Amino acid sequence: MKTIKLIKHNTNIQFLKFKKATLTMSITICFFSIFSLFLNGLNFGIDFKGGTLIEVSSENSINISNVRSVLSSLNLGDVQIQNFGSEKNILVRIEASSSGNNSSALSKITNQLILFGKIQRTEVVGPKISSELIQKGILAIISAVGLMLFYIWIRFEWQFSLGAVLALIHDVIITIGIFSFFQIEFNLSIIAALLTIIGYSMNDTVVVYDRIRENLRKYKKQDLYDLINISINQTLSRTVLTSFTTLLALFSLYIFGGQVIKGFTLAMIIGVFIGTYSSTFIASQLLHILGVKRDWSKNNDK
Amino acid sequence: MIYFSNSKKIFLLIICFIGLFLAFPNFSKVNIPFFPNQTINLGLDLRGGSYLLLEVETDSIKNDRSQSLLEDIRSTFRKNKIKYSGLKTNQNGIQVFIRDEDQISEARKLIQESNVSSSNLFSSNINKEFSINNNNNLFILELNENSLKEKYRSAVSQSIEIIRRRIDGLGVTEPSIQRQGNNRILLEVPGMDDPQRLKDLLGQTAKLNFRMVDTSISINEAKQTRIPSRSEILSDANGFEYLVMKKVLVSGERLVDAQASFDQATNAPIVNFRFDSLGGKYFAKATSENVGKPFAIILDNEVISAPVIRTPILGGSGQIEGGFTVEEANNLSILLRAGALPAPLEILEEKTIGPGLGKDSIDSGTSAAIIGLICVLIFIILSYGRFGFYANFALILNIIFIVGILSLLQATLTLPGIAGIVLTIGMAVDANVIIFERIRDEINNEKKPISAVESGYSKSFGTILDANITTLIASLVLFFLGTGPVKGFAVTLSIGIITSVFTAFVITRLLIAMWILKKRPEELSL
Repeated sequence: MKTIKLIKHNTNIQFLKFKKATLTMSITICFFSIFSLFLNGLNFGIDFKGGTLIEVSSENSINISNVRSVLSSLNLGDVQIQNFGSEKNILVRIEASSSGNNSSALSKITNQLILFGKIQRTEVVGPKISSELIQKGILAIISAVGLMLFYIWIRFEWQFSLGAVLALIHDVIITIGIFSFFQIEFNLSIIAALLTIIGYSMNDTVVVYDRIRENLRKYKKQDLYDLINISINQTLSRTVLTSFTTLLALFSLYIFGGQVIKGFTLAMIIGVFIGTYSSTFIASQLLHILGVKRDWSKNNDK
Repeated sequence: MIYFSNSKKIFLLIICFIGLFLAFPNFSKVNIPFFPNQTINLGLDLRGGSYLLLEVETDSIKNDRSQSLLEDIRSTFRKNKIKYSGLKTNQNGIQVFIRDEDQISEARKLIQESNVSSSNLFSSNINKEFSINNNNNLFILELNENSLKEKYRSAVSQSIEIIRRRIDGLGVTEPSIQRQGNNRILLEVPGMDDPQRLKDLLGQTAKLNFRMVDTSISINEAKQTRIPSRSEILSDANGFEYLVMKKVLVSGERLVDAQASFDQATNAPIVNFRFDSLGGKYFAKATSENVGKPFAIILDNEVISAPVIRTPILGGSGQIEGGFTVEEANNLSILLRAGALPAPLEILEEKTIGPGLGKDSIDSGTSAAIIGLICVLIFIILSYGRFGFYANFALILNIIFIVGILSLLQATLTLPGIAGIVLTIGMAVDANVIIFERIRDEINNEKKPISAVESGYSKSFGTILDANITTLIASLVLFFLGTGPVKGFAVTLSIGIITSVFTAFVITRLLIAMWILKKRPEELSL
């Protein structure tokens, strides 16, 4: 049986040739991401902002302006109403009011919304929880990155560890930047997606680094520039294949998995692209810039 | 690496069967004897239900302690004729000013005597209830941090017990009530799609007591002149005010039973209650002494009703009429049976998912998983031919393992959890991809098939381990810091990583080894 090969054997792309271009591009995008973060902020979901979320579904399409006029009589403050998946579903978001108890207001709101269709779900997050969730989310990302830094440092050398972690930070900043720029809702599941991206991107980077380390032992005289290039090319087929199957699964989830996890899946899809790019173009080039200890043989030859 | 002893083969076969065995109930509707019947535990987002995160208001416990300390000191000082002024509660306890300087040392002695010490099983140091700061005439009593913590802890345990009893009164199945952190309680009630009903039950501490109405002066007179120190003004649900004695005749702790029912004459919903023997005695005595006078039934400082005592109530049981609806009468009876909460509960977070949405999520999650799986399977066959077939076998086995382990651990599957499985489908082939690419390299280095497979496996082991440990680190961080659905995602992802390494590295290796050692092909089409 003839098998498909996405990447031909003996492919030899001079990845490090694009070093300046890709690094400049990445730094620029990171800069824009941070800029957008300061300018636009993130479109926090109620997990992080506190407030009320209600999903209503009906047999027929729901007229949003009718819903708005009915709810405005309740004096709820900032109310956001939008379609969710189809015209038959709406999502009502009410920002946390500083004064009132959100939980007790909920039944008043649902009593009105029930006129438009079935209440599918309700969520109320108090301000105490939302600020805690932000802290926990940041703590989770920092500790994941920190633990990886440590693990790679133990298994490899500090240059690898630093390069990999810089690439990770790059991935996280750009993903958050995209969420900020397009004002896609940023909620708890996005934090989960970010952590998975961190894991995925690191996984990719480790495979490349592992090959670099192996080649460092094998070709002691080889120039580091060529050696990194060879290593990326040798692992390229695997990088592309794994990203492809992961994306197959993710797109299936995005298309068929329902509205509720769309945001999560979108973050993951973005992350897989960025993660694959960063392990090929950023992590290994950082290694070239940082330089590595060449004499690995001493650990190996007993 | 490709030589397996027979005992090892049998061992691996047994592991595979155990996986199938554990996963089986999830795919079959019929119960087969000797097979496990544990299926995956569905999370609230998949089966519908209500989720409440509650916090025990510890400040109220602290205030209660300060208040009762204040009453203690007041009565001790009065009994011993100590002249004092400015007795009041402050942020962390109470303070008092001794007017007569000669009485300072006596006052100090009395205060020290009323300082109860508590010790517990878990700490050897004895905690005094409060610390005493004395500056000339001024005494500041500060409640001890540790002894307060002890009180908070027991208040949370007590609250959990009472919440359980209240929820049980609703007749719902499998509610889960867990302590979270120091003073929080997580409540999950599957199948409950009316959170208001839950909140009505939990929103009240339900401290019930019976007290006399003060009829010595009218309420208007009291408001205009002075409210007698033995009484206070309380109102009912309609805002109607009563002047009620502070002294409690009988409190709700003495109740042994409460049932919602209908009044035989008027057919209005009522609550019948029964006291224990001591409570019955108190109630009989109080009602005998006060025939013709009104008394008040008070729940959480709100008057439910204030009937006039017509005849002494000697049997230890009675009824409350409060113009209830049937549901209100029902709720009150549940509250009274369950007992009072030690402190009010604050609702920090609430989520309710309708059963329809949960079912939709399961359906769409499952179809996404199946479609994703088929795409990946086809792609792998196209990429690796026969080897791809082995990898696919391992991938399907991997999913069965995940389902089996989730059932065994009775872990909760959430919608993000399904996403985790789908993601695992995409990522699980990675280990095989790494190995197969290695074998290709070795073939290109002119190695013979058997030694190419051999060295392909041995060379990729380190890479696979490092790559998967990093992903595992991320998913463990998620597990420990995440809550609810996110935790569910971390669980499936972690299990998926471990099983995928096992199936990809061990099971496919066994299959390939068996094939290659039997056929001894001249070249590999890979």
